Amino acid sequence: MSLQLQLVDIKKSYRKFTALNSVSLEMQGGKITVLLGVNGAGKTTLMRIMAGLENADSGQLLFNNQNIDCKSLRQVTTLVFQKSAMFSTNIYENLAYGLKIRKVPKEDIKKKIADALQAVRLSGFEKRRAKKTSGGEQQRIALARAFLLESNVLLLDEPTANLDPNSASIIEKAIVSRKSSDRIIVIATHNLTQARRIADEIVHIHDGKIVEAADVINFFENPKSEISRKFVNGELEF
Amino acid sequence: MADIIVQSFQQAINLLTSGNPEIYATVYRTIYVAGVGSLLACVWSIPIAVLLGLYNFKGKWVVKGFFNALIGIPTVALGLLMYLLLSRQGEFGSLHLLYTLNGIALGDALLVSPLIISFTANALGTADTQLRDLARTLGASGLRTNLKLIRETMWSMILSITAAFNRGFGELGIATLVGASLLGNGTIFSGTRVLTTAIALETNFGRFDVAMAYGIILMAIVIALALTLSLIERLREEDGLHVKLTFWRGLGGS
Repeated sequence: MSLQLQLVDIKKSYRKFTALNSVSLEMQGGKITVLLGVNGAGKTTLMRIMAGLENADSGQLLFNNQNIDCKSLRQVTTLVFQKSAMFSTNIYENLAYGLKIRKVPKEDIKKKIADALQAVRLSGFEKRRAKKTSGGEQQRIALARAFLLESNVLLLDEPTANLDPNSASIIEKAIVSRKSSDRIIVIATHNLTQARRIADEIVHIHDGKIVEAADVINFFENPKSEISRKFVNGELEF
Repeated sequence: MADIIVQSFQQAINLLTSGNPEIYATVYRTIYVAGVGSLLACVWSIPIAVLLGLYNFKGKWVVKGFFNALIGIPTVALGLLMYLLLSRQGEFGSLHLLYTLNGIALGDALLVSPLIISFTANALGTADTQLRDLARTLGASGLRTNLKLIRETMWSMILSITAAFNRGFGELGIATLVGASLLGNGTIFSGTRVLTTAIALETNFGRFDVAMAYGIILMAIVIALALTLSLIERLREEDGLHVKLTFWRGLGGS
């Protein structure tokens, strides 16, 4: 049976601003779910709640039908941020950080890092200072760092924003290669063409609400809600 | 005026090359009080800074504002307070720290504490908030996340301690009042004389060239320290270990 992550009636506000309003959602392992929406729609807030970095004001999160709290969520999820953050160490140490926390033996760490860097086409970059690499390389390092942990839930917030097509293509291929029944992959993006390329399921979020959830073909060919139709056709004004 | 400056440079070189033990003793005493003062301040300032930088509590902004305000405390005012506390009738008179180098070092420690606390707390507080989230999403516990953030801001801490050292190195008020090296003809308490009090003393005696020479020595040490730190920072930023090793080998290291 594949993994399942469920969000039930999630609400989140920042003072008077409602970021998420009764969001309910279900994601399955073996599929890539794309959270689609314009900037400020609530995608990042939702990703942070799913990553266990923020508490929802109300609602439930269920992992394999069991209630799960923030601390436990952080043990099964890994979030790759839109603006990749790097520690002030070399790439090897950046990648090894999560593995060391998990007490992975030194020799295994070395091997895993070499494999992960190969997956994002950065073999031989181990000794470079992470902060000195380009934006595209940093995003690939961040991806490799997340891959290494082999988390059940991989959350990617705008993983290819502001990247050149070559870097974006490498990242997309690497993400698709991680698909498996024991892994849920969620990508937040506003990029329609990317969503069409890599998504199995689309969840369209607008003004903190889910306006449509459908498989990729139905969403693009036959959107049910008016907002989604306008978004797909590039007519949505915001 | 230009003559005095030229003479001062010559005098500074003469003083340094003369082998006069009092010159070296004065430089040593200055480094001692500023160094011991800064290190002593670290003992309480770093934990306070970590608390202020990494944890949230009610009234935190008031505490931060208080320490920010204390950065500018006049050294003479603090020197007077120290004098009253350390004098024989003072609360800490039994420690016999008045007119001693350790007394000046303690005063320096109090002087530079707000600086270390504010700079370090600020560095920790403004450390990329994403780094905190990153450590947490990679599985770090709260304590481990904080340790990582401290490590990430280590260089800022070193810079704040250096700034503290420089502040202690160039202060006059505490050295004058607690060290009392300006009293008498300058020989009674010469054991507590540091570069700044030596400058003041020589100026009082009208020996401007000697005073300027002391000033040049003081400035040279401060600049040398700043340049050394800049070099280390550059090596650190450039390419870490590789450049460091090359540099070391260039100096004949192995």
